[in-house]
Amino acid sequence: MRKIQTKIITKAAELLCNEANFKLPNDVLEHLKQNFIFESNNIAKGILSDIIENANIALNDKIPLCQDTGSANFFLEIGKEVYIEGRDSIYEAINRGTALGYTKNYLRKSIVLDPIIRKNSNDNTPANIYISITSGDKIKITFLAKGGGSDNASVLKMFNPTSSWQEIEDFIVDSIKNKGKNSCPPLIIGIGIGGSFSNVSFLSLKALLRNIGSSNKNKFYDEKEKELLNTINNLNIGPMNLGGKTTSLAVFIETKPTHIASLPVAVNFQCHSYRKRTIII
Amino acid sequence: MEINLKDLIINPGLVTIKDKILLSGTIYTVRDIAHKKITEILDSNEPHKLPFALLNSAIYYCGPTPAKPGSIIGACGPTTSKRMDFFTPKLLKNGVKFLIGKGDRSRTVINSIKEKEALYFVATGGIAALLARTVKKIELIAFKNLGPEAIYKLEVKNMPLIVAIDSFGKNIFNR
Repeated sequence: MRKIQTKIITKAAELLCNEANFKLPNDVLEHLKQNFIFESNNIAKGILSDIIENANIALNDKIPLCQDTGSANFFLEIGKEVYIEGRDSIYEAINRGTALGYTKNYLRKSIVLDPIIRKNSNDNTPANIYISITSGDKIKITFLAKGGGSDNASVLKMFNPTSSWQEIEDFIVDSIKNKGKNSCPPLIIGIGIGGSFSNVSFLSLKALLRNIGSSNKNKFYDEKEKELLNTINNLNIGPMNLGGKTTSLAVFIETKPTHIASLPVAVNFQCHSYRKRTIII
Repeated sequence: MEINLKDLIINPGLVTIKDKILLSGTIYTVRDIAHKKITEILDSNEPHKLPFALLNSAIYYCGPTPAKPGSIIGACGPTTSKRMDFFTPKLLKNGVKFLIGKGDRSRTVINSIKEKEALYFVATGGIAALLARTVKKIELIAFKNLGPEAIYKLEVKNMPLIVAIDSFGKNIFNR
């Protein structure tokens, strides 16, 4: 067994909150630059240029990329040969790191402790923490800062098992036309298909952890991702819904076995301020 | 085009949809809960309780990050305007003249903007570090306990915006 202290996990969580909110990942920046070259709509081009400039200012001036520094989402893959040592639970360790990361770096505290009473927790905790057990003796932690606006636009539908792919595609495209268009395009679109009502939305969130430009391992879904991206970018929604070809930077599909009666589909919208970062301990 | 809010108060017709402008003047950050609170004050007919004078005012749907030491403000981009649609006609009726946010608006809001010869501007979401550079002064006005949802008075200089709904009721999202 390899021992890892909870205080190391806290430190990692703090670092991830800090770095992700000030530095746009390379895959995002690269694709924004490519789209800037191919975009022909003038307003769209201006917006893409501002987004790229904003990434430079955020990094150099140490100002968050977006004022909505998000809910803190952590995905932990813990190797089964890891022994976690310390007084905190793993959840406490991550939350402690989140509070430090959001407080020390002047990030916005966007979490209220109760959905109805709505009192702010003042340190952006609790984080959303998803844990899975893998092989090996390491812990991989991926952080995603998720803005409220784009999360609000996300949708879920339970289809009949006899539904066609076309019906699913129409649902996805309509969800972009209805609400996705206002959630800061160019979007990264995570699609979950299968599983159950409870876990299809998690699939759609997990889909957002891929790198832009990566292929789906399943050939069928890889083709569907490309088709969907093409359809979406021909809707003339464009950056900030002001027209143009750059509506989405990527479509990612995650699937799971499901019940014979079911075909759950979830569409998870991620704005262009795609703040994700991974650390391996 | 550089433009001052004072000139737009006199003549909102100076700009039309799709105009890219650099706006200077005084704006107030007001988002979800602050809208609800202002509406409650208006409904209870106690205008002396209003956090700022609504007449000819400009409101910005924004909840900034805290300023780090030595800075005027943190990141300060727009939030989704649609969530304010329910409250907007009443605010316009009571004197608010300019709205700044992101995304499209309801038919009712568009009609109110036209009727009141108001203006709706969009700022680009997710360029909050760039927008922070245009804020020259900040003052906490009300609802401090709401944290990021408090009302701040901002002095902005050359804030990059696009005219999305003009005083004639034309709508950039109507394509």
